[in-house]
Order: sequence, then C-alpha cells, then structure tokens
Amino acid sequence: MDTDQLIRSLAADNAHRAPRVGAVLTMALLVAAPLSILIFATFLGVRHDVMTAMHNPFFDMKFAVTLSLAIPAIIVSLHLSRPEALLRGWGWLLLLPVGLLAVAISSEAMMAPAMPMTMRLMGKNSRVCLFAIPAMSLPLLAGALFGLRHGAPSHPALAGALAGLVSAGLAATLYASHCTDDSPLFVATWYTLATALVTAIGAAVGAKVLRY
Amino acid sequence: MRGREDEWTGLMRSAMAGDDAAYHRLLKAVTPVLRAAARRGLARAGQSPDQAEDIVQEILLAVHLKRHTWDSEAPFAPWLFAIGRNKLIDMLRRRGRRIFVNIDDFAETLPGEVPQETASAGEVASQLNTLPQRQRDVLQSIAVESTSIKDTAAKYSMSEGAVRVALHRGLAALTAKLRDH
Repeated sequence: MDTDQLIRSLAADNAHRAPRVGAVLTMALLVAAPLSILIFATFLGVRHDVMTAMHNPFFDMKFAVTLSLAIPAIIVSLHLSRPEALLRGWGWLLLLPVGLLAVAISSEAMMAPAMPMTMRLMGKNSRVCLFAIPAMSLPLLAGALFGLRHGAPSHPALAGALAGLVSAGLAATLYASHCTDDSPLFVATWYTLATALVTAIGAAVGAKVLRY
Repeated sequence: MRGREDEWTGLMRSAMAGDDAAYHRLLKAVTPVLRAAARRGLARAGQSPDQAEDIVQEILLAVHLKRHTWDSEAPFAPWLFAIGRNKLIDMLRRRGRRIFVNIDDFAETLPGEVPQETASAGEVASQLNTLPQRQRDVLQSIAVESTSIKDTAAKYSMSEGAVRVALHRGLAALTAKLRDH
C-alpha cells in the first residue's frame, strides 16, 4: 500500500472519535476498584476502634499521605500519556507525600511519643502491610495500565511506574483504615517499601504494554 | 517554518471538528516532512533510507489512532514530531541498533528538502495480508481502489456503519501488528 493510499484510508476514518485518556483511565479504575475492595473486605476490614482513631491526627495523616500520592500520580500519568509531554515541571507533584511525611515525622518527634522510636517504626503490622498493599494494588494496577494504554506515552516504563504509584496510593488508602500502626515512621518505612514494589512491577509491565 | 506549523495546527483543529478534507490535507502536508526526517534519522544511525517509508506509515497510523491525545489548545508540530521520534527509535531498536536519534531530526526539516512524492512501504502491505478478510476487503476498497464508504458498503452488502467499524478495526489491528512483530 503506498502512503497516499494509507492517508486516504485514515481520512476516511476521521469520523471515528476515541474518548479521552482520562475518561478511559477513570472507567478502568472504577471497574478494578471493587476487586481491591473485595480483597480488603475479605482479609482485612476496617479496624475496630476506627471511631476513636479518627480523633488521632496521625491516623488521619495516613490518608492525607496516601491520597497525596494517588491523586498527583493520576494527574502526572495523564500528563505523560501525551507523546510530547515531559516529566519536568510536573515531577514535584510526586514529592507531596514525601513532604507530608516529613512534616508528620517531625511533629511526632516534637510531641512526647508514647512508644520508643524503634517500636513505632516496626509496628505490629509490617508484614501484613508489605503483603496487603501490593495484593490490593494488583487489580488497580491492571486497570491503570489498561487506561494508560489508551494514551501515547513516550516513556512506557515511566508511565508504567506512574500506574504503579496510582494503584499503590489507592490500595494504601484502603489499607490505612485497617492498620493500627499510625506512626508516620511506620508509614514512611513499610508503606514506602510496598509502594516501591508495586511501582517496580508497574514499570516492568508498562515497558511492554504501554508502547503505542 | 512557524507559518507552516500554524497552518498544521489549524488543519488539525478543523479535522478534529469533523472536517475530513482538512484532515486529508494535513496528512498530505506532514508526510514529506516526516519522510525527510525519517531519512535523516536512518542515515544518522547508519541504516539504509529504504525503510523511511515504513517509518512514515507507522507514524501516520499512530497519529491517527492517538489523535485524541493531542490538546487542541497546543501547537500540533511538537506533538507530531514526538510521535515521529518515538517511531524512529522503535524501528531502530527493532533492528537492534544503538540509538543516536537527534531530537532535532524531526523539528529541523527545511521546506527545500521535502519533495512531494508517494512511496510504497513493505511492512504495512505485508501485514495487511494477515488481517481478517472483511477488514482487508474494506481497507483495500477504500485505500487502494479509492472507493467511498458508501460504495464499499454497497459492494460488500454491508451497512455503512459496519464498513466504518471494519475500517477502524483494520487500522488499529495493522498498527498493533507493526508494533509487535
């Protein structure tokens, strides 16, 4: 087929309209979310003292941290789904949870903590955390990758890593309501490790499936 | 250069608003520029310029299938050239070449270097044969025989809607085969 002929067939298909990447990503995440919630409801559930915990600022802070990861990651991943987009000027959005954690850790250090630092850091749920966040992330990661496939990212591994951050941020939000370890030291250690794992999986899979 | 790129942006806006003729003109206008850039990129990588047309056709298909990622408030050329670079790098990678793509290969094309011509490429043509019968028939009819959607529908006793679906699916399948083979 010569190029003029190809162009003719493309022009004939001009009436076809694809939805925006944001719409497809939103739909895919909404389809995947019930699976993650099912895992949460089956194996974890909300912690029993949640009504009291809500008055603890460090409990609330966990949601601020996880959502400040998930929401900026969605925004940046949509930005990067355009072929000419660069991370430059947008990457700082991904530092929001890091900044929040730093503030939380220093405010906890300034208060008189109830437990010694190593106990706060190790917590009681580190193993559950390391397993539960990636497990709940997987359906969301599949959804995020499916949604981003609709885009045209120049760096598929980077876009896949962003999908990993999106899904880990959302899964960690669920997990935070289960976990009784509220110290920002615990969050900074174990949530971060779990997120790094999911991000690495996202990057590896994204490098393959997000080429356009 | 600026005038040319502004014209492209205007044509793409019209195309997205449903003007098929503007879309056709735009694709015709960018093709020689893409071809010159692809040749230059291949030469830089020590490859034969014969494959330039394969790259051009892959770029055109990607432009078509990903045009919803273009922001109509943004200029068209940077978006187009980003896809061009991506496809050139992909092609070189598939050939196992080390990549030294100059990011200006696509942006620097001068009007003098862009002869109007059309050329065949092997890869799209050979992948076309692997498509399901119906998609292949429709693509052949519209692209090669230059038959309208309406007349293609009559020829194969299909509805116009079914022809449109087969056309779009055929183009999408072609792109996936080129990417993955």
